[in-house]
Amino acid sequence: MKAKMLTYTRLESPIHRLTGAVKLIFFALWSVTAMITYDTRSLLAMFLFGLVMFKISKVKFRDYSFVLYLILFFMLLNQLAVYLFSPAEGVKIYGTSHEWFHIAGRYNVTWEQLFYQFNILLKYFTVIPMALLFLLTTDPSEFAASLNRVGVSYRIAYAVSIAMRYIPDIQRDFHNISFAAQARGIDMSKKEKLGARIKNVSAVLMPLILTSLQRIETVSAAMELRAFGHGRTRTWYNARPFGKADFAALAIIVAILAGSMLLTFHDGSRFYNIFERTE
Amino acid sequence: MRKGLSIITVVAIGIGAALFVILGRFGSIPSGLPDTNIETTYAVLSLFSVLYGPIAGLLIGLIGHTLKDAIFYGSPWFSWVIASGVVGLVVGFAARSIRIHDGEFGAKQIVRFNLIQILANAVAWFVIAPVLDILIYAEPSDKVFTQGLVAGASNIVTVAVLGTLLLLAYAKTRTKQGSLTKEA
Repeated sequence: MKAKMLTYTRLESPIHRLTGAVKLIFFALWSVTAMITYDTRSLLAMFLFGLVMFKISKVKFRDYSFVLYLILFFMLLNQLAVYLFSPAEGVKIYGTSHEWFHIAGRYNVTWEQLFYQFNILLKYFTVIPMALLFLLTTDPSEFAASLNRVGVSYRIAYAVSIAMRYIPDIQRDFHNISFAAQARGIDMSKKEKLGARIKNVSAVLMPLILTSLQRIETVSAAMELRAFGHGRTRTWYNARPFGKADFAALAIIVAILAGSMLLTFHDGSRFYNIFERTE
Repeated sequence: MRKGLSIITVVAIGIGAALFVILGRFGSIPSGLPDTNIETTYAVLSLFSVLYGPIAGLLIGLIGHTLKDAIFYGSPWFSWVIASGVVGLVVGFAARSIRIHDGEFGAKQIVRFNLIQILANAVAWFVIAPVLDILIYAEPSDKVFTQGLVAGASNIVTVAVLGTLLLLAYAKTRTKQGSLTKEA
């Protein structure tokens, strides 16, 4: 039952050498850009840029392949759901209807719908590579320092850092407790009736919650003893100063954001229309 | 007056978010209905919100859901991340009127907790999540409202049953105020 997670591996590449703060800003602006634009040209360019970045970063396929399959599966489901619920969404957005073929009832396949769903797909393909890259190339212990650097209060940055530190511990606790419960005959699968199943789940959750509350007491007592929260700011062991490459990366992302917005909104619509209006 | 979050809140947010991540990934159990799971993580989020208040609830939802999506699915789905934060925030407001630390969780508190959690889940899943899905991802409205309806309804039931059970069990571990009696 060992679950795979995306984890950071130390490698030598220009992407790994960038400071965490820059990567965080880059990823945030990149996501915002990809969220706003529905312009196919802009999305395609960003997608290609993402692939090039992946190549440069030298991350290994097997480090993220399992997530990729999962994402592709969910994306397929999502595409099907979009079509089932709204087969004419594309026609509504682009204002024309070029039917390719008809299936049954209100379900027909129009080029507008295909184009619209292609754009949704492309939107994910622009965000996902950057998200993966950010997770695979950023040292978790540098991440808290980065959050603080971009203006998040250091208390919240520290909370994030605690969360990342304790995920493996809590995963181990959870598995130990649920195996112990299963060994005692507590069943949480479909074989048990619903009422009993819920009661059994709480038999696993309660010890997990109580150990977690205990952990909160211990950790906060330790932090209190070290006068956490006394100062108004805090320094970080893992914080690094910005280098030339960092400023270059910032310039690139600002240029991408500006370029994409210009391309997207210069004709007054969020969508790029390839269909001719017949009015 | 101290500025910012207290130490215990900072740690509770951290550990709570880690719990949210693990239970969000491994803690969903089949409900028997197709495609609907009992997401135990929302029961635990509600418990933590009642224990540590609205700000902690909000941040546990936001941080926990972002990390869960990022670590296991590769990219955060922000509309639902925000909805999780809202659940934690609204349920956290119940903390003021329920003194769970003193072991008080009787019929009156159970009703109050459930009214607030129903409100929280309804706002988050019936309104916020679908509206943000439309605004951010331009998805068809029928689809996102149906998804929100299913998720919201199942979360309301989960928190009503499991959340209440957990709070009852927690209250039992605390010593009630004024519970000492003089021996005759």
